[in-house]
Amino acid sequence: MSKSVLRGLRAAALTGTLVFGSNLGSNLALAAENPIKLGVLEDQSGDFAAATIGKVHAIQLATDEINKAGGIMGRPLELVTYDTQSDNTRYQEFMRRVLQRDKVDVVFAGFSSASREAYRPIVDQFNGFAFYNNQYEGGVCDGHMIVTGAVPEQQFSTLIPYMMQTYGKKVYTLAADYNFGQISAEWVRKIVKENGGEMAGEEFIPLGVSQFSQSIQNIQKAKPDFVVTLLVGTAQASYYEQAASANVNLPMASSVNVGQGYEHKRFKPPSLKDMYVTTNYIEEIDSPKSKEFYAKFKAKFPSEPYVNQEAENSYLAVYLYKQMVERAKSTKRDDIRKIIAMGDVCMDAPEGKVCIDPKSQHMSHTIYLAKVGADHSISFPKVWEDIKPYWLGDAGCDLTKKDPMVQYTPSNPPPKP
Amino acid sequence: MDIATHLFSALYQFGDAFAFLVLSACGLAVIFGMMGVINLAHGEFIMCGAYVTAATVHAGLPLPLGILAGTVVSALVGVVVELVVIRHLYDRPLDTIVATWGLSLIATQGTLILVGSTMAGVGTPFGSVQVGAYSYSIYRIVLFCAALGVLAALYALFNWTRFGVLARATIQVPHMAAALGVDTRLIYSLTFACGAGLAGLAGGLYAPTMTLVPTMGATFIMEAFVTVVIGGADVFLGTAPAGGVLAVVKSVMTSWQGQLFGQIGLLVAVIIVVRVLPKGISGFVLRERT
Repeated sequence: MSKSVLRGLRAAALTGTLVFGSNLGSNLALAAENPIKLGVLEDQSGDFAAATIGKVHAIQLATDEINKAGGIMGRPLELVTYDTQSDNTRYQEFMRRVLQRDKVDVVFAGFSSASREAYRPIVDQFNGFAFYNNQYEGGVCDGHMIVTGAVPEQQFSTLIPYMMQTYGKKVYTLAADYNFGQISAEWVRKIVKENGGEMAGEEFIPLGVSQFSQSIQNIQKAKPDFVVTLLVGTAQASYYEQAASANVNLPMASSVNVGQGYEHKRFKPPSLKDMYVTTNYIEEIDSPKSKEFYAKFKAKFPSEPYVNQEAENSYLAVYLYKQMVERAKSTKRDDIRKIIAMGDVCMDAPEGKVCIDPKSQHMSHTIYLAKVGADHSISFPKVWEDIKPYWLGDAGCDLTKKDPMVQYTPSNPPPKP
Repeated sequence: MDIATHLFSALYQFGDAFAFLVLSACGLAVIFGMMGVINLAHGEFIMCGAYVTAATVHAGLPLPLGILAGTVVSALVGVVVELVVIRHLYDRPLDTIVATWGLSLIATQGTLILVGSTMAGVGTPFGSVQVGAYSYSIYRIVLFCAALGVLAALYALFNWTRFGVLARATIQVPHMAAALGVDTRLIYSLTFACGAGLAGLAGGLYAPTMTLVPTMGATFIMEAFVTVVIGGADVFLGTAPAGGVLAVVKSVMTSWQGQLFGQIGLLVAVIIVVRVLPKGISGFVLRERT
């Protein structure tokens, strides 16, 4: 109890404007030197908090480990953390603050794609350097950004054909109504068509909606073989319970559930039965690297409800940053991008080996197909190793040559040269 | 598919929307509609009811008792909030906006800090029923019946009991009621507690069907205010028809064009009703409480 209260107090302090250095006490000698400052803008309250508090903790864990081992090039890593409150305007406000006032070397920021697109122009404007450690709808071709999360060619090109082979070719998409859901749904449409299937229906749900009776009936009317659920935020997660209680009983496929919001832990079985998710990490992954990461995480944050894929993305991002800075012997973005351009920035992450693709500055991933059982246990029917984020590069985005700072989609690809 | 299936489906969707609107709004109808306190912490009373319900069910209580516990705890919290904050603001209705908004922020953040970012759900009871091509959750039908029951109970409470008469008298002409020997402070307290308890009841009833997070109250608050603003002062004669009209608009629009249009339809309906029946929020509050 006292531990959770302490954690709570710190969370409360973080919601203010507290700036804290990690391990100041134990590393006084280090701290005397010029620290490397890492800005952390993540939602620690509001609708997305359940999925994102773990990201902050993962960054703290990696930072403590790095500082204990002597920092980056002998310089300690210092976190500048703000709570963005699941609010896009907070992202813009705090992004300006970390770049202008706190003068951080790098920023780790963002959960929802709306928030990323809200802060990205500010990073570009002030010539900052940001990591987006989150799976998303793909397509950001911006030299100021590194994306460590998975993208549609990693999550949907694997998941949708598997589902269509297993369950059938009629697909219904239920997606959150903002850029993430709309563009992801476009990807699903594209892949379903390429594989000779048909869309039985599509519905876009405004963020914050929690009542799904009518949507459930629309799905039953369309009689799909499976439902692609791209629902975001805790309010929309009410769908699973309501669909289960109405006995919809259709397999579900998703790029965001379980791996982000650990719905299989939050809802009573069997409401997530037959949910299939492609994710690059969840705590159930049974490999030595994964077990070690999970144990370290739980040792530092015993009351963490779940270690999700975004926590792993955030954790490995700190180590990738360390590697790049040490190889570049500089924290300047241009020097670091020269290292990325060499194409061999890789590491052994808890999920397996990951590398940064120089053309798009996105990551290759091991993609696990997680299946939720009737008792909400997780099994992994399939694993795809080393899936590259190829779409942007194939479509014509090459950040080693040109930096357009634009987000592309399948219907709005990069212009042909 | 025959006509009966369509009819049942339309009725079910109407009932579902009606239950959500009415149960969300009842507590607010008492606190805002009747007492004139613009209670922006209404969603947090709902969240309180849902959390207490889930916690007691996890502790082993059956669901109906859990819902009762959620209702009672919310009502008690309502008494405390009334004593500490609201009591001092009855003559300043616009200031209640700021005070209750602050309360809602404290409640949301406090819950996040003390209980964590989520709470495990309790599962929806009763299973489903198949009608024609569709299967329906039986619990949603129970919710519709609960909404009707709450409306009937409120009508009885405020029209047939001594407390109801005293409450209406106190709120209409407080000094006259006091002159006649009514303990107006107590009546205000009890009425506020009644509203908070109803919010807790809504939270308890919806707890099995929803994600339990500190911000869950926010998903109720738009529907609640919309219903009460349209409904106006009388708890029963306001909320029931408002819930009915809005439920028709919402279920028809949602089945026709999806959730987004359901929400748009709801807001357009409010604009039209407020324009035609000129009892907007501030005009209504100022008229009732001068």
